[in-house]
Amino acid sequence: MSTDLFRFTKSSKTLNAVLIIIPMVLLFIGVYGGLMQTLFRAGIIQSDPFVGGDYYKGLTFHGVLNAIVFTTFFAVAFGNALVPFALKKNLNSKVAWASGILMLVGSVLAAITILMGEATVLYTFYPPLKAHPLFYIGLTLLVVGSWVAFYNWVPMYLEWRKENKGKKTPLSVVGIFATFIIWFIATLAVAVEILFMLLPWSLGLVDEINVMLARTLFWFFGHPLVYFWLLPAYVMYYVFLPKMAGGKLYSDMAGRLVFMMFILFSIPVGTHHQYMDPAIGAQWKLLHGIFTFAVALPSLITAFTIAASLEHAGKNNGGKGLFGWMTKLPYFNKENWFFPYLILGLFIFIFGGIGGIINASYQMNTVIHNTAWVPGHFHLTVAGPVMLAFLGGSLYLIGQFMNKEIRLKSWAMISPYVYTIGLLIMSYGLKIGGLMGMPRRTNTGASYANPDSILYQADWMPYIDMTVIGGVLMFIGIVIYIVSFFTTVFSKSRSDEKDAMVTFPISESLHDEPATWLRNFKPYIIIAIILIVLSYTPVIYDVITTTYGGSLPFSPDSPVPLR
Amino acid sequence: MDKSEKFAFILSGLLLVVFFGAIMYAAVAKDIDVPTCITDMDPFERDTLFQTGPDTYELQMVARMWAFQPSTVRLPAGTTVDLYVTSQDIIHGFKIEEHNVNLMAIPGAINYLRVKFDKPGEYLFACHEFCGAAHHTMAGRFIIEEGLDEAETEEDV
Ligand code: HEM
Ligand SMILES: [Cu+2]
Ligand SMILES: [Cu+2]
Repeated sequence: MSTDLFRFTKSSKTLNAVLIIIPMVLLFIGVYGGLMQTLFRAGIIQSDPFVGGDYYKGLTFHGVLNAIVFTTFFAVAFGNALVPFALKKNLNSKVAWASGILMLVGSVLAAITILMGEATVLYTFYPPLKAHPLFYIGLTLLVVGSWVAFYNWVPMYLEWRKENKGKKTPLSVVGIFATFIIWFIATLAVAVEILFMLLPWSLGLVDEINVMLARTLFWFFGHPLVYFWLLPAYVMYYVFLPKMAGGKLYSDMAGRLVFMMFILFSIPVGTHHQYMDPAIGAQWKLLHGIFTFAVALPSLITAFTIAASLEHAGKNNGGKGLFGWMTKLPYFNKENWFFPYLILGLFIFIFGGIGGIINASYQMNTVIHNTAWVPGHFHLTVAGPVMLAFLGGSLYLIGQFMNKEIRLKSWAMISPYVYTIGLLIMSYGLKIGGLMGMPRRTNTGASYANPDSILYQADWMPYIDMTVIGGVLMFIGIVIYIVSFFTTVFSKSRSDEKDAMVTFPISESLHDEPATWLRNFKPYIIIAIILIVLSYTPVIYDVITTTYGGSLPFSPDSPVPLR
Repeated sequence: MDKSEKFAFILSGLLLVVFFGAIMYAAVAKDIDVPTCITDMDPFERDTLFQTGPDTYELQMVARMWAFQPSTVRLPAGTTVDLYVTSQDIIHGFKIEEHNVNLMAIPGAINYLRVKFDKPGEYLFACHEFCGAAHHTMAGRFIIEEGLDEAETEEDV
């Protein structure tokens, strides 16, 4: 079948391989940081044995490398793979390389400043903590590089539309465009924060900064960021998973509706991260809360649609009765090693989704805001479904773009199970600890978990220890994965003609409605912009009118300002 | 759209409406709300505690690297406190154990919530936003005592 195969240019194949391998190394450094954190928090180590530095330097590179660098690279590589494949058009590889190089240079700059201890500001880089200007420049280049990748796909899509009048855009392309439309709008705010506020201030061109304003711009970006992480995983759930399970996508229209709903409601919600902040009216916080509930709807629809697709697959495979289909899915088939990455992610997302609704619930946020509950929650989302889908996706893509047969398939298959068990244990420890009052972003090992400290909290200890056990298991899961990944990378390539073509498991749909009202992005983008203006104008107004004075820059090491 | 799909969509929508109703109930009927803009208060740089009524106090608290001022607050049980929090340097966070109080302390802004202390006991408040190298040592306590005559505060240096 010719539509299942597509021949990429050599140059774009090499690029995509680079865009996966280099971030994988950075991810490994980041995940190593995660392991060290669990040890720090329990008081087992007092400084990082390999990289050096304290808890907070480690926490910074853990957050930045895992959640910002790795995820952005994967999203770009995934788009670079699926857009040409689905539209049967080659990438402009010069533009694609330019984007890749910007991203690589930016990430390496940011990583170096962090590892040198010049940017211990965590991945949220709230002022008035100040990082080295190269940290901000590095992040900017990473973001601009990802924009360039997106611009590269737009003309391909427009051309395809012209040539295929009346046809539905492939669902994978809808998903990837939704991802990057959200990303583009959201990153505009952080670009303003960095270019007009943080960078001139860190260079000493201006003295003072409005902390609340910077923070509000950050969260304008920060929440849609989570959908930028999530949507590529959703693309895999809708497009790959049903076929890998042996069935069809239950409803094509549901998929299209979900992606459009994300465009509408992903952005006017950022203030739900600022429920506990001053200088923003409670009524606007509530408005952002309402939109947050609206953005939960597409995830509930996804839960239904994917479960229905899996039921269809399980019944195809011979499952009987109400739940029999659940036992007929390829959980432990090493030839189908990709399946566990997706199914486990879906399982974890049950907890992640419930946690998200709790966090979003306005005054209920009081109970958990900035406690250890929060990292407990987002490891069940970004470090769970998203990370597993991206790991599975990376291994699959590397096989395709380097013409390799995946090596150590049983390792690849077992890794997500080990990781998931660890993740559930770690997150449970963090979440219960958080409910008891344990703060997040805190080196508990040096105070609350140290029996010699006046701050010692004996009743937190079992939960801190659970995060160590869970963290070690997660790390082992990642090591198993990395072994399979690099064994594949360094194995001999297949050389025959057919294998030089790239393929993806694209599911057919069971219900395939015309859904003409979901064919065009434009109306959704326009409504999204209106919602953003309506929901953010009063918030920015409050912030500007109720804050006073400006802030000088600080280093994390001293209570005296740097200037 | 087939029947079960429609049913699932409607059910999802209803579920969210019910959750939202619970939020509104808590806000309106139980008066549990989140912080809002404070416009009737002048910026303060030093902490103060004073009595405003028979069982009510106002506490202005200052967060700085790496201590809360005051760091220990002794109050009689049954007191209601109007609590104002701000920061003198970078961002800090403030949450009182076992009470629905959670406030970001941000330079250039004043944050506020009202809290009632019924049960005697010691309640930790730990800084919950990263504020530099000694963030994990930044904490304090409310000490609530039955029949205490006079409220008082202490600072560590
Ligand atoms: C072996 C695997 C991992 C372990 C053991 C681990 C452990 C931890 C721990 C203990 C914290 C710190 C909690 C705190 O002090 O607030 C943390 C924070 C975090 N982790 Fe992980 N993690 C792992 C993998 C990941 C992955 C794969 C991601 C990917 C997206 C991720 C994203 C984050 C983020 C964004 C933070 C927050 C950083 C911050 O608050 O500034 N983690 N992790
Ligand atoms: Cu959010
Ligand atoms: Cu702190």
